[in-house]
Amino acid sequence: MTAEAVRAAGLFKAFGTTRALDGLELTVRADEVHGFLGPNGAGKTTTMRILLGLVRADAGTARLLGGDCWQDATALHRQLAYVPGDVVLWPNLSGGEVIDLLGRLRGGLNQRRRAELVERFDLDPRKKGRAYSRGNRQKVALVAALASDVELLLLDEPTAGLDPLMEDVFRQVIREDQCRDGRTVLLSSHILAEVEALCDRVTIIRDGRTVETGTLDELRHLTRTSIQAELAGPPTGLAALLGVHNLRAEDGRVRFDVDASGLDAALRQLTEVGVRSLVSRPPTLEELFLRHYQQTEVANGGRAELSR
Amino acid sequence: MTKLTGTGGLVRLVLRRDRLLMPVWIGFLCLVLISFPSSLREVFPTAAERRQYADSPGFVALYGRLSGSSLGEFVAWRAGFLPVIVGLIGLLTVIRHTRVEEETGRRELLGATAIGRHAGLIAALAAALGANLVLAALVTLSMTGQDLPVAGSVAFGLELAAAGAVFAAVGAVAAQLTSSATGARGIATTVLGAAYLLPVAGDLSDHADGSLAWLSWLSPIGWVHRIQPYGRDRWSILALAAALTAVLMAAAIALSARRDLGAGLLPPRPGPATATPYLRTPLALAWRLHRGLLAGWTAGFAVLGVVFGSLAEGIGDLQRDNPTLRDIFARMGGPTGLIDAYLAGIMGILGLIAAAYSIQATLRLQLEETSGRAEPILATAVSRLRWAGSHLTFTLLGPTVALATAGLTTGLTYGLSTAHPGRQLPRLLGAATVQLPAVWVLAATAVALFGLLPRLAPATWGALAACLLVFMVGAAMHLSHWLLDLSPFTHIPKAPGAAVSATPLVWLTATAAALTAAGLNGLRHRDIPST
Repeated sequence: MTAEAVRAAGLFKAFGTTRALDGLELTVRADEVHGFLGPNGAGKTTTMRILLGLVRADAGTARLLGGDCWQDATALHRQLAYVPGDVVLWPNLSGGEVIDLLGRLRGGLNQRRRAELVERFDLDPRKKGRAYSRGNRQKVALVAALASDVELLLLDEPTAGLDPLMEDVFRQVIREDQCRDGRTVLLSSHILAEVEALCDRVTIIRDGRTVETGTLDELRHLTRTSIQAELAGPPTGLAALLGVHNLRAEDGRVRFDVDASGLDAALRQLTEVGVRSLVSRPPTLEELFLRHYQQTEVANGGRAELSR
Repeated sequence: MTKLTGTGGLVRLVLRRDRLLMPVWIGFLCLVLISFPSSLREVFPTAAERRQYADSPGFVALYGRLSGSSLGEFVAWRAGFLPVIVGLIGLLTVIRHTRVEEETGRRELLGATAIGRHAGLIAALAAALGANLVLAALVTLSMTGQDLPVAGSVAFGLELAAAGAVFAAVGAVAAQLTSSATGARGIATTVLGAAYLLPVAGDLSDHADGSLAWLSWLSPIGWVHRIQPYGRDRWSILALAAALTAVLMAAAIALSARRDLGAGLLPPRPGPATATPYLRTPLALAWRLHRGLLAGWTAGFAVLGVVFGSLAEGIGDLQRDNPTLRDIFARMGGPTGLIDAYLAGIMGILGLIAAAYSIQATLRLQLEETSGRAEPILATAVSRLRWAGSHLTFTLLGPTVALATAGLTTGLTYGLSTAHPGRQLPRLLGAATVQLPAVWVLAATAVALFGLLPRLAPATWGALAACLLVFMVGAAMHLSHWLLDLSPFTHIPKAPGAAVSATPLVWLTATAAALTAAGLNGLRHRDIPST
């Protein structure tokens, strides 16, 4: 097996005058769970479709498991399973029939695993396609994908319609799979807790471009820590420090956010004044993503303030 | 009246959504009817000719009994199938704006606003009834414009509207019964089919000994036939139809009050928990998706074959006495033998209808793509060509089965009436299947557009309409030769009767193959879904 399960480099794609992808880069290592994040319309689904060989990139290379996504599409599809973001089923086929059909078209289904997943996702496989709710349609596609013996899973917002209980089941299943046979997962998602719980590495894209990629820890270093402190005197000099944002002071208390690079200087400044109490909070994923999602910010070189 | 809050707004929504559909079907029916009086007067100038024409059992089955022999009565009789068509439109309209809305979830979006419980149902019915009244008014105007009596024209317009109203209400009841629009359409069209067949049996019996004539009175279609516009103008039957409509509407409202949004009164049948071993290829899936369509069209073609076949003998008698009619059939079906000319014309019509089926089946492929159902299939180890091929199998073979069935039933019924079934059966089976290359050219046009210019694929319907026009009026309007040659059906030999030469059939088949290949090649290289 190759060390890189997915490699997309310099992908461009335009639909008419809209530019969907603008030099996108994405690398997924073998056996990792890779989070794929970005605001609506950033190009996540287009990227997935290029990886599946359904859409052809205008420029750039896209390779999966050592093969070319467009040329070798059909052969590659034996080794992967895909869950689309919006699952549409045939109105007159039951969920069970769809699971079996998709599994067989892919090259085989693990029957024991299928039964187990139907049970765990609490899915009624006898219902007809038209009778399922959105979440249940999603479960049908998930069971079909997860019960297949494949190397790579491409999941496009797979839990968008699931209730929290089922979301939890999904996380457990992915984690167990990972422990057992270590398959590669590319997971596009908006649910940050899910990404945090599952993903080894993440890629954040915006406007068809990759803006950040790395492990979650690496990404955290790029962002700010929130500080709350009770001080002995007025917080002089703090506002002038590089990397301090959103400074608010009242009644001897200060709150501010500080870039990782400015943390040291800021704390020195605080102890100079005299610290009575201090709460420091690491950046939440939410803040991390909001920073990347918000359009104006990056345009200003990452120095614009988050609105609170 | 809070249960009706917002009805006005919903009626406007229905009219907005159908702003093209309604004028088109109303206008189309009026145009068809406007052509009736003058052409029928020309072809059947005397009362005796009209009576003779209407007296054959085949026509009794198709249009009912002719009440009197004035031109107006003859026109209304000849339009005897229109109430069924208007009824079909009525029930489809109501289901489209009630059950389909619920199934797609749009009704829920609206239901959450300040809208009464029954507003959606009433609005759909009101729009359907309104459209039928407009139809009645326009038919009345069209017919009086053709110098037919005013009272009869009003009765004629209302005859059609009454059928539309009753079956709109039938559609409203059916929409309450099942949770799927397909199921509701199935129930309502079955009722319509029964309503059509009961008077067929009743009228045929009336034509013979009369012992079962009462059957006609069990059906709203039988009722409206008995209004007898331009003859007795029985207005009381309109009251009967109005009463039935009111009862059915009340029933639909009562049923709707007793169920939840999205649910039907009949429980949905569950499917199997696992797939049969056969459901493992794209072709098996295509069979599941196409079999209903195939069965429906084949049954329809079988019925058409029986009707047309049983008319053949009578047509022969008629044409011997009527030179105008002879001209018409000679134009459509070629110069050899009167009955053969009629049958060849019929086969041409069946070929055009089969083309409609094959276009519909081909566009299923596009529906699969645009709905997002193609994506999960193409993300498995199924190539684009194999996926497309699975559907195209039904596009090409479906019309073959349908046409062969029609050929068989035509040959059988006509053959039995001449006591030479052994001779007629193979002739008509051949005449029906000889249409196939032209059918395939139209299907292949749809494939080519789907692969190369997917947005234009529905324009294939326009191509079919053009072929229909060329077939019906081309020769009569003295269109230039190359224009006629554009329709693949122009090149099909006029069988039975004329000698069948293989050359045009080979050419048409080759054209179809080339168009299909171009379309599939386009499909291989374009994005899915297309943009």
